[in-house]
Amino acid sequence: MTTEAIPAAVTSRIPGERSRVVGRTIKYVLLIGFALVVLLPAYVLFVTSFKGLGDATPANAWKLPESWETAGWSRAWEQLGPALGRTFAMVIPASIISSMLGSMNGFVLSKWRFPGADVVFTLILFGMFIPYQAVMVPLVQLMSNLGVPNGVPSLIVLHVVYGLPITTLIFRNYYAGVPIELVEAARVDGAGMLRTYASIILPISAPAFVVVLMWQFTSAWNDYLFALFFSSSRNGPVTIALNFLASGQLQDYSASMAGALIASVPTLIIYILLGRYFVGGLMAGSVKG
Amino acid sequence: MSSTVPSAVKRPRRPKGRIGGHGWVAPVLLILPTVIVIGVFVYGLIGSNINTSLQDRHHIGPSQGFVGLDNYRDLFTDDDFLYSLRNLLLYTATFLLGTLCLGFLWAWLLERKSRGESLFRAIYLFPMAVSFVASGVVWRWLLNNAEGDRASGLNRLFGSLHLDFLQNPWWTNEHWGILAIAVPAIWQLSGYVMALFLAGFRGIPEELREAARMDGASEWQLYRHVIFPQLSPVALSAIIIIGHMSLKVFDLIMAIAGQTNYTTQVPAIQMWVEFTRGDYAKSAAIGTILLLIVAILIVPYLVSTYRQERRR
Repeated sequence: MTTEAIPAAVTSRIPGERSRVVGRTIKYVLLIGFALVVLLPAYVLFVTSFKGLGDATPANAWKLPESWETAGWSRAWEQLGPALGRTFAMVIPASIISSMLGSMNGFVLSKWRFPGADVVFTLILFGMFIPYQAVMVPLVQLMSNLGVPNGVPSLIVLHVVYGLPITTLIFRNYYAGVPIELVEAARVDGAGMLRTYASIILPISAPAFVVVLMWQFTSAWNDYLFALFFSSSRNGPVTIALNFLASGQLQDYSASMAGALIASVPTLIIYILLGRYFVGGLMAGSVKG
Repeated sequence: MSSTVPSAVKRPRRPKGRIGGHGWVAPVLLILPTVIVIGVFVYGLIGSNINTSLQDRHHIGPSQGFVGLDNYRDLFTDDDFLYSLRNLLLYTATFLLGTLCLGFLWAWLLERKSRGESLFRAIYLFPMAVSFVASGVVWRWLLNNAEGDRASGLNRLFGSLHLDFLQNPWWTNEHWGILAIAVPAIWQLSGYVMALFLAGFRGIPEELREAARMDGASEWQLYRHVIFPQLSPVALSAIIIIGHMSLKVFDLIMAIAGQTNYTTQVPAIQMWVEFTRGDYAKSAAIGTILLLIVAILIVPYLVSTYRQERRR
């Protein structure tokens, strides 16, 4: 890859050079073209959110606002504000708890194994793929029997429980790359399981925690299905509030689009700040395939 | 879900004879809470759901008795349900094809170090961070079905670019409406497939390419015989991940078309509608059918992963 770029630059007068330049131009035209297409919805969201009520007409659909107004943003904030708070209160504990449990499970399944560990792992993994529709009817019953109130408490429980397979999987794969000698050495020194976990494994787990916390945060934040079954617009998270705002009879486009942006800010910030680690984790995970 | 399925194939090293070298009571105790919780919330509830689907329980309140497979027979003779199954298959095929093609193309374009690679990667990947509900807000606007002077959204854009023939009723089309829902889905997940393929490309040792070139392989032969075979595990992971997401499609349709729209009916939407009506038996039966469809895709994958683990 990089090694080829150097000779190409040095021998710029050889015959193949012209087709290489053409090829490179086509490549960048395509890359930029696709980037513009991907950004198109973002443009619409941004521009429409600043339009006044009379300005959001079909004729002006793709134009910049006649005057930049923030009324749509304040209408959206009024409706989404309380739900945003509830979403944070739900997502933060849910992602921390399921990550901690996933880390311990991953440790036991890769470095402190027991007979039948593979079967247990495969059975846990299946939970990741099930369509939640296949458990929803009795789940509603079970949660009400257990006395977990609708809204934030229910959603914390559900995101922890159904997050366990994925968090276990990510940590298990991460720990699989840790040399067994580290664990063996601790054992020879007489450390028990919990000591080994706390003093050897946990301190080197930061990269996996970044990936898992990001994943759990994003999927709980963006969840709509559980929210629909286990909360209402009165006590539900931001996805419920946003859908309520956007599907009203009166098509308030500027407020809906501002609302969509507000609801996406936390996950977008996480991707922008930590995206590198996320893609890194993704690659570390899949290369070995 | 993300990163990870690909790596499910990655196994922990288990040196021979070490297993059981320490007591197994402690690790079992540590994992027991998870095992119990998954046992109840996944397997227990699947069983309970199947049981509900075999009952005469079409109104709020207790079951009126066991009816065997009657609810399933009713569903499979119901035109609406068959239509929604057909929609689901069409949607899944389009979603898979779209994300695999675009994801591969983007990864291929970015594979050799490009100027601004990380910027392009970030742009292609960002839609993944957004919820289907939020992207549904803008896509409902983009996929507005008005045409001509009243056109808005993409139809308006096509009109002003003199591409009027591209204007169409999008998701309100009775036959192909569901395909319009695949457009935002592809927009949202292609970047993720790109990241998977990019990881696959980076995982191919440079020596392999060099060796093929030394042997006089043409660029096409290099791809045909070296690159594609090396990428096939990645492609399989992408199919598993996108496929199972696709079969569960719900949020996007709720946000764009709503639960009552006929042209975008899929089983997950019907399941919710029946639930709100209090028809728990029908709702549970639809859920079980969805589970079976997903299982056709997932179980062979899980079994082969498990076998690979055992072989180690």
